[in-house]
Amino acid sequence: MQGMIGKKIGMTRVFNDTGRVIAVTVIKTGNIVEQIKTSEKDGYSSVQLGFDTIAEKKVNKPLLGHFKKNNSQPVKVLKEFKLDNKEEQLVPGKAVGVEAFEGVRFVDVAGTVKGRGFAGTIKKYHFQRGRESHGNTNVRERGSCGANSYPARVLPGLKMSGHWGDEQVTIKKLEVVALDKDAGLLYVKGAVPGRNQGIVYIKKNITK
Amino acid sequence: MSEIIRAIEKKTMAGRTIGYNPGDTVNVSFKIKEGEKERIQQFQGVVIQTRGSGLNATVTVRKSSGNIYVERIFPAYSPLIAEVKVLKRGRVRRAKLYYLRGLTGKATRIKEKK
Repeated sequence: MQGMIGKKIGMTRVFNDTGRVIAVTVIKTGNIVEQIKTSEKDGYSSVQLGFDTIAEKKVNKPLLGHFKKNNSQPVKVLKEFKLDNKEEQLVPGKAVGVEAFEGVRFVDVAGTVKGRGFAGTIKKYHFQRGRESHGNTNVRERGSCGANSYPARVLPGLKMSGHWGDEQVTIKKLEVVALDKDAGLLYVKGAVPGRNQGIVYIKKNITK
Repeated sequence: MSEIIRAIEKKTMAGRTIGYNPGDTVNVSFKIKEGEKERIQQFQGVVIQTRGSGLNATVTVRKSSGNIYVERIFPAYSPLIAEVKVLKRGRVRRAKLYYLRGLTGKATRIKEKK
């Protein structure tokens, strides 16, 4: 499959062969194959993976039916990924580990970034602030929104204060530094969106 | 910090600890690769700060080279550090010895711990 579901554990550093420090994010992964979709039956082929197994009583009945039908286990997170090729042998209910990323140099990681709530333009877009003294009243406001008689409207896409964060963001082409197959950990160079313990979706980078 | 991260760092640190404090005079043997050959460079000076915890810890060593002072920051658990020899234990009253940057010559002397 082209990707997997994981959990961001946190950041640390590793020393490479030349002794240089690399900042890495550790992602815990290891999924369960939940369902195989085929072009005959579903019109397209893909695989549905599950992450974080939970007790049967924790899932609602419609979902439990889905898990039972495919002979797999109840999980917290479900996500569909494309297959690498049609011949790939995947069995529902079977586990897939980090080995899937063996030989992969770069990955794209998507996660939900931390929510900042309603943020002003200074925090959100690094606007400059006004001076507090000498009669100035515009301290943290954004300033002008545009001209009066022409265009006589606010242009679309203007940077204004508003809700920031709590949305899915993908960071592309992060280098895979190491795989820990025993612990099911993936070491990725640099930062990954979202809080620690947050769910992330890891995909093989196809641009290379 | 997560238990997993702690375990990873412990494994990398492999039982090594930081055996020096700010104010100590140390000799750091640092491996340097030149092409194929590997040699060891000595860096001897006063520890003016240690910062960070766990694997992220770094140590700043200050020495005088001629009449120019040189500071070098080492990752405390770098595999390139072959050995850190403590030559003198200094008695200092702060954790960061930035005040040494304003001093030269005899004024930079640090009292030895008894």
